[in-house]
Amino acid sequence: MEAARDDGAAAARGPAALSAELTDARLVAQCRSGDEQAWHTLVERFSRYVYAISVQAFRLPAHDAEDVFQEVFARVYERLETLRDDEAVRPWIGQLTRRLCIDRLRAGSRETVEDTDELTEIAADDVLSQLEEAFDVHDALAELSENCREILDRFFAQDESYRTIGDALELPAGTIASRISRCLEKLRDVFEGRNQASGASSEQVT
Amino acid sequence: MSAYDIERLSRLIGMLPPAPVAWVGAAQELPQARRELDGIVARAEADAEFRRALIADLEGALRAEGVEPTWPLLDELRRRVRD
Repeated sequence: MEAARDDGAAAARGPAALSAELTDARLVAQCRSGDEQAWHTLVERFSRYVYAISVQAFRLPAHDAEDVFQEVFARVYERLETLRDDEAVRPWIGQLTRRLCIDRLRAGSRETVEDTDELTEIAADDVLSQLEEAFDVHDALAELSENCREILDRFFAQDESYRTIGDALELPAGTIASRISRCLEKLRDVFEGRNQASGASSEQVT
Repeated sequence: MSAYDIERLSRLIGMLPPAPVAWVGAAQELPQARRELDGIVARAEADAEFRRALIADLEGALRAEGVEPTWPLLDELRRRVRD
């Protein structure tokens, strides 16, 4: 009942809010029950993560990255039933993506398997940990207003100019810089609040 | 200085750009594509001529059914038609 109330409140704020407020575990449960809208949301939620792992951490060329991307989601779709902990869908998808990237590199490499593994793991390790952090920051973005979310994402993740953002959001281009600055400050507050809360709860547990 | 200074947050936002729209769309259409695939395989089992044409051009067959021929779908169709 409580979950239904949560969904109702989120739905009133639009599909983006609904998507953001669905926990990973609930999303997985809905996908497993055959809800295709939930599947759309799951792909949307993890698409940037899968894409970034293959392109930034493993530097796969576009055609290989596309194959890995499709293969990851095909396997997730087929094997969702086998996931033991629904809340662990993100590490599961991350691990699946890393494994498929390494398989791609192995298939195209003239080096020995051991060399390829070692090199790719070392090269990717640092970027992978930053991507985890980046995912958490994007997660925190969902707590900002839609306007802030859009502005920050368009400017930093989509490399759009002030003018393009202004045109798209019907805002004077001259105000975009100050809005970006204000939205970043709000994001920092949200993100630090989250980290303090999770730090406090870990202390309580230990 | 905050642990999460503005510059660091900006860089982290930029680390996750959107995946190409067509890739995301193809992955989202997976449930429907699987249903189309079942239909194609059933038709191939019932119609030898269609099966021959299908084996000759898997990609074309998927496109004709309105399905984006991604690598995993082609692989599965190839496997199922051979079986």
